[in-house]
Amino acid sequence: MREIDVSIVTEAVERMCISSNLHLPKDVQEKLLELRELEDGEIARSILDRIIENYTLAAEEQTPICQDTGMACVFLEIGQEVHFTGGGLYDAVNEGVRRGYTKGYLRKSVEADPVRRGNTGDNTPALITTDIVPGDRVKITVAPKGFGSENMSALKMLKPSEGLDGIRDFILKTVECAGPNPCPPIIVGVGIGGNFDHVALLAKKALLRPAGSRNPDPFYASLEDELLSEINGLGIGPQGFGGRTTALGVNIETLPTHIAGMPCAVNISCHVTRHETEVI
Amino acid sequence: MNRRISLPLTQDAAMSLHMGDNVLLSGIVYTARDAAHERMTRQLAEGVPIPFDTCDAVIYYVGPSPAKPGRIIGSAGPTTAGRMDRWAPQLLSLGVRGMIGKGKRSPEVIEAIRKYHGIYFGAIGGAGALLAKHIVKSEPVAYEDLGPEAVRRLTVKDFPVTVIIDCDGNDLHESGRSLYLSGR
Repeated sequence: MREIDVSIVTEAVERMCISSNLHLPKDVQEKLLELRELEDGEIARSILDRIIENYTLAAEEQTPICQDTGMACVFLEIGQEVHFTGGGLYDAVNEGVRRGYTKGYLRKSVEADPVRRGNTGDNTPALITTDIVPGDRVKITVAPKGFGSENMSALKMLKPSEGLDGIRDFILKTVECAGPNPCPPIIVGVGIGGNFDHVALLAKKALLRPAGSRNPDPFYASLEDELLSEINGLGIGPQGFGGRTTALGVNIETLPTHIAGMPCAVNISCHVTRHETEVI
Repeated sequence: MNRRISLPLTQDAAMSLHMGDNVLLSGIVYTARDAAHERMTRQLAEGVPIPFDTCDAVIYYVGPSPAKPGRIIGSAGPTTAGRMDRWAPQLLSLGVRGMIGKGKRSPEVIEAIRKYHGIYFGAIGGAGALLAKHIVKSEPVAYEDLGPEAVRRLTVKDFPVTVIIDCDGNDLHESGRSLYLSGR
């Protein structure tokens, strides 16, 4: 049994909330630079240049890359040998978000009630996902998620008879329907399988994978490649002004599912796809 | 080629702009997003005037991040304009000339843009650090209780935008894509 004081979790979350909003992950930077060279649209190229200039400036000036500093999605992979002390774990995470968003001059974008609204003033509560894993470590990932792209995401309970074509069609239609709204170039997180709730989380987790990574199963890796090339053939382009670079990557994750179903969730993320991880 | 336009945006200036034009805006813009639009139009129905002069005004759909000490503003890029579609035609009818945002507009908004000779400008979504460099002054106007959604008066200098929808209702989101695909 390893004891971990939850104040260590608070500090890590605080640090990552600030840092992830100022520094675009290297994998996303590399993809943007790579696709900038492949872009054959003139307007599209100039927009990609501005996007590259923006994340560079954000790090230099310590200004958030995007004013939508997101809802704080916090993923905890907790080793089953760990015993937390010093307070509630979720309280500690929320305290980290509160401190990070306040000290980091990040935007507070959370409404206390979905219908009656009312800003909570400190960007809490975080959206926390926990997984219990073997070992005595705690892996914390903070992924601030903006809602311009979140709003263009979709979930469909496909039926097995719709097959691979049904999945392909749903993903492409979702991206096409989103068009310019989610701030393309986007990263497309896809979940397939599980059930209604698990498939949505799977799509979100797919966005934590580095842009340009491949599903270890060759079948899904080739589906990722095919879909990326089809999406980049739609012509939507950066900001939806026309161009090749509509998506930086398609990340697919899967789960076993029921004999009667084939759920599919598409979680769209903008070119400011942020995530940072620390292991305690 | 960038065109330079001074704000407020007159009808003549608006009518001289065309879809796809890159424009550098200088002058005053007002920030408003979902909650501010809802409140402005609700209060207007109750007889309370809009908290700024709408004549030839440009509204910037933005909820900036807070300014650090010594800075004018935080990150300040555009939010999705479509969420304001419900209120935009009414504001255009009250004299608002321009809107700065990102993403698609509804057919009703495009029709109102044609009718009132308005312009829908696009700024680069997700480029909030870069765009903030073009904001030289930021003053509160109304609804400070709304936090990031409060109405602010921003003075911008050479603020880079692209005309997405012009006075004739031409829409860059429609044409830009087909133009790119046909030219490949």
